[in-house]
Amino acid sequence: MHELGIIFHIIKTVERVGVEHKLSSVSAVSLELGEVSGVVHKELLDCWKWAVKKTELLKDAVLNIETIPARTLCESCQKTYETVQYGRVCPCCGGQQTYLVQGNEINLKEIAVC
Amino acid sequence: MDKVRIIEVKESIFADNNKEADRLRAELKEEKTFLLNLMSSPGSGKTTVLMRTIEALKEQLKIGVMEADIDSAVDAEKIATTGVKSIQLHTGGMCHLDAAMTEQGLKELGTRDLDLVVLENVGNLVCPAEFDTGAVKNAMILSVPEGHDKPLKYPLIFTVCDVLIINKIDVLPYFDFDLDKVKEYAHRRNPNLKIFPVSAKTGEGMEAWTQWLKEQVNAWNQTV
Repeated sequence: MHELGIIFHIIKTVERVGVEHKLSSVSAVSLELGEVSGVVHKELLDCWKWAVKKTELLKDAVLNIETIPARTLCESCQKTYETVQYGRVCPCCGGQQTYLVQGNEINLKEIAVC
Repeated sequence: MDKVRIIEVKESIFADNNKEADRLRAELKEEKTFLLNLMSSPGSGKTTVLMRTIEALKEQLKIGVMEADIDSAVDAEKIATTGVKSIQLHTGGMCHLDAAMTEQGLKELGTRDLDLVVLENVGNLVCPAEFDTGAVKNAMILSVPEGHDKPLKYPLIFTVCDVLIINKIDVLPYFDFDLDKVKEYAHRRNPNLKIFPVSAKTGEGMEAWTQWLKEQVNAWNQTV
């Protein structure tokens, strides 16, 4: 399952930060999740609940998710537009050479410690 | 009550994996071993393409294979019949391999005397594309029955791959598969993508692919 692998990577990163900051427990983790990152929130939260119980540092930690809206840039008219609504073809000029500028992120934003 | 302290991290969760993958690639360069990450959907003929590739190259290169699957060892058993070193990796329910799992597999396989290691990733066009395994090149197989619209539906995998092998071209007359369209769609996502139409069954087109692979392996393993 895709979400489980992502959760393992989040836990690994938090554990590394935990060692760097000599933390004994973490109360919350904030994640920035791009709108088109392909990650399902509910699945992610279910996997989180299951996986953190197996750790010492994160066993009571909550996962907070912030969504980053997806935006695409059109190479021909240099305008950006909403990816989810318009897809890969530019709604302004019909250009097909378009690139996602944001919305694909899975970033660990911050960790809260009590 | 204890005050809450916030530690700002601001990093992609793939950052650690990408670092591990870069380190693994550097080690493989030292060792003169080329790692190919082979991806596709289930049933595209990945194992058959791989077996034909091994048969074409095994006299010239020392080859090892890592078969990744959620369960079973059917692919590794098939590969073993070609006489090359092969191991089965189980992902334990996960849909992809990451750099750490790949490294573990490479250790188990023993790569010191190998020129080429092929990692046959889990059959899936979505998740394997997101995790850098530490491979030198990424290749994917798309087979004719899957349809020519796949580059539109699964854009990321076409973006991260260096090579697209279009397999089962022997059945082209029976499917509404437009070879020119698939090339156009794939190049729209990745202009540098090398495309090899092949039939692993009849052998058509296989020489161009194996020749390309051999050149890549030799270039990587050359002493600078």
